[in-house]
Amino acid sequence: MKYERCNLKKSFLTWTVLAACMIVVSLAHSETRLRMSTTTSTEASGLLTVLLPPFEKANNVKVDVISVGTGKALKLGENGDVDVVFVHARPAEDKFVADGYGVDRRDVMHNDFVIVGPKSDPAGIKGAKSAIEAFKLLAEGKADFISRGDNSGTDQLEKQLWKMAGITPKGKWYIEAGQGMGAVLQMAYDKQAYTLTDRGTYIAHEGKIDLPILLEGDKALFNPYGIIAVNPKKHPKVQYDLAKKFIEYVTGPEGQKIIADFKVKGKQLFFPDAEKQ
Amino acid sequence: MGLIVSLDPEVYFIVWTSLQVAGSATVLASIVGVPLGLLIALNRFRGKSAVLVVLNTLMALPTVVVGLLFYALLSRQGPLGDLGLLFTPSGITLGLFVLAVPTVVNLSLAAIQALDRNLFLTCKLLGASLSQEAVKIVKEARFAITAAVVVAFGRVISEVGIAMMLGGNIRGFTRTMTTAIALETAKGEFELGLALGTILLSVALAVNAFLFLLQRSGKQ
Repeated sequence: MKYERCNLKKSFLTWTVLAACMIVVSLAHSETRLRMSTTTSTEASGLLTVLLPPFEKANNVKVDVISVGTGKALKLGENGDVDVVFVHARPAEDKFVADGYGVDRRDVMHNDFVIVGPKSDPAGIKGAKSAIEAFKLLAEGKADFISRGDNSGTDQLEKQLWKMAGITPKGKWYIEAGQGMGAVLQMAYDKQAYTLTDRGTYIAHEGKIDLPILLEGDKALFNPYGIIAVNPKKHPKVQYDLAKKFIEYVTGPEGQKIIADFKVKGKQLFFPDAEKQ
Repeated sequence: MGLIVSLDPEVYFIVWTSLQVAGSATVLASIVGVPLGLLIALNRFRGKSAVLVVLNTLMALPTVVVGLLFYALLSRQGPLGDLGLLFTPSGITLGLFVLAVPTVVNLSLAAIQALDRNLFLTCKLLGASLSQEAVKIVKEARFAITAAVVVAFGRVISEVGIAMMLGGNIRGFTRTMTTAIALETAKGEFELGLALGTILLSVALAVNAFLFLLQRSGKQ
């Protein structure tokens, strides 16, 4: 009996020690952390892995990046769950600031969107003179089109284009995926369908997904990025000073140079836009 | 596949984060859940059947629902916002704890109810105190109760919804194996997702093997 009790005690002790370690470690996170919400495509591009470290080192902070769809990124800002928002959806950003949730909005950079599709181009959009014309052709031809369907920056631009073309996309050909850009590109490739994608994600997947660019260069496909601090008047607990410092870094000479120098597969993805202030 | 063998520190940290949150949540859920299961199993009270039905339902809690609910609670705007738990590993642990407790309670309860009724009578006849009786019962049912804990661990280490919503999948901080897999899959990096999935399975296997050995040494 004594032998059995002794070993039970030992295993119980091991359990408790393990548990204590885990709980202690999980509670220890007292570094200063700046919380930023951004979009999935921004994080997926890899830009942040080069843009953040110099700021983190210089200010001895960690920048927590929460990447979700644009809609959610702005919502997190509204709720005060993050300190700064970095997205690419100008109308939504303007509304965010107008509603008093954000302050100090600055332009950061831009890239562009392109329309990709099957090599055979059944809807014949290759010669189209504008994105809106291409969208009209897609709707007429009822060609399979994959939409992000997730209120992301890409999704919002796509919906804007349909609106400008005067079309409400409906039917089996209009497929709302509700997923990230990479997954949607894969889906478009598998189904040999059309889709709207940001150039960055497209370049990143170039080897794996053989869908040529069928339309590019239209001003309507311009994709500007903005950075906004969460309004401390609405959420006094946000780290406004640190957020401001970060905005100044990103729009300042050091940040802008890093953005300009960032290349994927040898191609520049983002073009710095911050005005000198 | 070389990824699995390559010693990428980021992957190690992701594995450690998963183990940390899942482990803490399981241990805490066991500390709360086993005594609770004991209490419910041994006592007769009004509404016991209702409690059992509710417990069964809670075992099938959709993780995204728990995630959403706790996001509302832990958000700055929410009642528990000042705790600052959102987007931290502790926040994830809390959500996982809530997910695991019904499982532990329910299965411990079942384990104890499966015991020979004579055991309870014997304890009482021999004049055992409440705590002595409790310890004896848990010891008798220890294999089934350990199984309950293992099931709870399996559930929490493999879930995505809570980790994503409450953790935010922050690189180097709250990224777990499951949220990393979700991210890579969303990016279209299916190979990487699969590699991470294989690591997750291996880790789960390793933990279960360790628990099994621990159990065996306790038996001797």
